[in-house]
Amino acid sequence: MKVIVCVKQVPDTNEVKIDPVKGTLIREGVPSILNPDDANALEGALALKDKYDDVNVTVLTMGPPQAEDMLRECLAMGADDAIHLSGREFAGGDTWATSNAIAAAINKMGDYDIIFAGRQAIDGDTAQVGPQIAERLGISQVTYVQNFEIDGNELKIQRQLEDGYEVINAKTPILLTAIKELGEPRYMTVKGIYDSFREKEIKVWGFDHLGIENDQVGLKASPTRVHKSFVPQPKGQGVMLEGSVQEMTEKLVVALKQKHLI
Amino acid sequence: MPIVKDLSSYKNVWVFAEQRQGKIMPVSIELLGEGRKLATETGSELCAILLGYNTEDMAKELIAYGADKVYVADNALLENFTTDAYTKVISDAIYEVKPEIVLMGATHIGRDLAPRVAARVDTGLTADCTQLEIDPEDKKILQTRPAFGGNIMATIVCQGHRPQMSTVRPGVMSKAEMDESRKGEVIALDIKLAKEDVRTEVVEIVKEAKELVSLTDADVIVAGGKGLGKAEGFELLKQLADKMGGVVGASRATVDEGWIDHSHQVGQTGTTVKPTIYIACGISGAIQHIAGMQSSDIIIAINKNASAPIFDVADYGIVGDLYEVVPKLMEALDKGEDLVNALKTA
Repeated sequence: MKVIVCVKQVPDTNEVKIDPVKGTLIREGVPSILNPDDANALEGALALKDKYDDVNVTVLTMGPPQAEDMLRECLAMGADDAIHLSGREFAGGDTWATSNAIAAAINKMGDYDIIFAGRQAIDGDTAQVGPQIAERLGISQVTYVQNFEIDGNELKIQRQLEDGYEVINAKTPILLTAIKELGEPRYMTVKGIYDSFREKEIKVWGFDHLGIENDQVGLKASPTRVHKSFVPQPKGQGVMLEGSVQEMTEKLVVALKQKHLI
Repeated sequence: MPIVKDLSSYKNVWVFAEQRQGKIMPVSIELLGEGRKLATETGSELCAILLGYNTEDMAKELIAYGADKVYVADNALLENFTTDAYTKVISDAIYEVKPEIVLMGATHIGRDLAPRVAARVDTGLTADCTQLEIDPEDKKILQTRPAFGGNIMATIVCQGHRPQMSTVRPGVMSKAEMDESRKGEVIALDIKLAKEDVRTEVVEIVKEAKELVSLTDADVIVAGGKGLGKAEGFELLKQLADKMGGVVGASRATVDEGWIDHSHQVGQTGTTVKPTIYIACGISGAIQHIAGMQSSDIIIAINKNASAPIFDVADYGIVGDLYEVVPKLMEALDKGEDLVNALKTA
């Protein structure tokens, strides 16, 4: 069984802070990480590999040269192969253009049974690229996958909803997007790290590799543009209550009563 | 590159009316409220598109909430959401009728469906918008959304492609008012859908958490964070919530610890809420959490650490141990009227 996992290197947004004076985003020293949902997606793929002998897992990313570090991490966790789409033609793409490039790379790879992606990346937060890849490839999709079983080419999938989940029957080829519940990502092993550098190869594919027109990817292929961006305004200063715990709570209740909120 | 279309032939604002088990989802009513504003500003009609089975009552409801037209696809194959069937029917309708703006709720269904439709009809899509406006100059829709975990707001425009599509975060826009006397037109869509077109089959829908609906609808939310120190802390918060007629919310950290179910989670990856009163107990106030509750009318923060960022968004702040403050607060609530009267006579 051929499994492809689409992964993205992202800044750890938990570490991104706002400069309180300039009101700009501070990204210096912010580590780049494997997007958390993608780590769950990779775990879903690796769990299949644990269970069945014939599973081959390829990780695929599009990004700048430093994304190689993340691919090594994926290989050290247990992926078999890695493909790195890299080139300035891809830069600045929105989800339309990004999914187009990735789908072209998957078409180039050829055969596959399951494509995994994360539900969303923590930098863009759009949750669009997975479904758009599936659409371009003309295959079915199930998003928010929290659990699945596979029997031959038939899958039984639990898809998370806000108030529960639904059980879905589907067939390969299919694209699944993973959420945290799909599986806690495993750690890299020392041997895995060693092998990721010595035994395994990262294939780097440039734009020319894909055999598509260059108006199909990157900024110029993107229907959407960022019109402006800004830092959200903090709210005006509230009231810090003072005194003993009893005094503070009583002042609070009085204030809420006077505003007729309680 | 996607084909640039003749923009002038695209008209009207469409709202995808998401229904589950025959009930319109609250976010769709919010979108009708917002969509009415956009339709007025662009001088166009507000339309709903409704897919389901036995949809007659729902179509009437959408008109009562302000839809001028309801495009209806009524078919047994559309009873439950499937990506394939819904994408096909909606894309066909977009090709045929050519709406200018299409809004969908950023629910687990909307976030599955919208990118698929946008890719098929070759247009741009902005995810999880929290603010929509019409550019007074060229009438394009300005779509504002949080990115980088809520650290930055980006305003996105869709240039030469139509429709302009957005998913909108539930709980952010104001609901449309219901008026049963409103008139509207119900238009049946021609459905070109065969059973073989639908490659996934929903065999069961399991409801797990009952609290979620009440989290978005609640007037009062008492939320706990890592500062609770233990799962049992939520029992104390539940007592306070019960006293105030509210429900319990939680930060991501407590959900990750397994102290409480994900359905209680407020924030970027949880539920967005805007209750009248939000009480944050032992929540430091990471931007990801604040993104999900900052439009609450009144925010009360209880935290040991006076420099916790939650105090930056709080209307009232109490520095102290929540295990002391919350019980005292419940006592003070019991004495509520007396406290106010005492103040008057003093």
